[in-house]
Amino acid sequence: MKIRYFAWVRERIGRAEEEIAPPDTVRTIEGLVAWLRTQGSEYESAFASKGVVRVAIDRVHVKPDAVIAGAKEIAFFPPMTGG
Amino acid sequence: MAVRLQTERFDTGAEIARLTGGRTDAGAVVSFTGLCRADGETGTISAMVLEHFPGMAEEELGRLEAEARKRWPLLDVLIVHRHGRLVPGDEIVLVIALSAHREAAFRGANFMMDYLKTSAPFWKKEERADGTSWVEAKNSDDDARNRW
Repeated sequence: MKIRYFAWVRERIGRAEEEIAPPDTVRTIEGLVAWLRTQGSEYESAFASKGVVRVAIDRVHVKPDAVIAGAKEIAFFPPMTGG
Repeated sequence: MAVRLQTERFDTGAEIARLTGGRTDAGAVVSFTGLCRADGETGTISAMVLEHFPGMAEEELGRLEAEARKRWPLLDVLIVHRHGRLVPGDEIVLVIALSAHREAAFRGANFMMDYLKTSAPFWKKEERADGTSWVEAKNSDDDARNRW
């Protein structure tokens, strides 16, 4: 599963994208974030403030309880500041 | 209907002329142009760099336009959003709404901007003499979105 990071989320993790293989027990975005936080301090840093980082599955905004089964690409990013 | 992302500057007047040229069904054109201020969110800035999520940005702006057209009788819409490096005084974003009567154009343009501010995947980084920082999203933008 491909993960992409943007803005300061990308800066804290140190990568713009990566392929990951979470365990089968990870079902939702919330679960994915919790698992990512165990994978290194850079993820701890990026996801430190609960509820701040936003997420899109296959380029559509979703909530933290969204299921990840079938997702081709998951993107994590800060609250948006366009316009 | 159109959504355009680009790094180059744009000319609001020329875009309005292009959208309205040749048609006689529109009684109202409302446009909003967002500009880069020197007095940024983090202090006096020398430049702003706009990062975006290619693909999702266009799709999300397209979704905003579709929602506005569902809610109001808009004849046409144009959204232009720049990305990359901008300096104070530069245009950042353009939203134009066309309708037969003014209420739809005013409200459609306002709605699209309020939604764009909170859901279009762009992120601003301000450059000042003493360093750079990411602009933080504002609660007032969420409030503006929620009133629709």
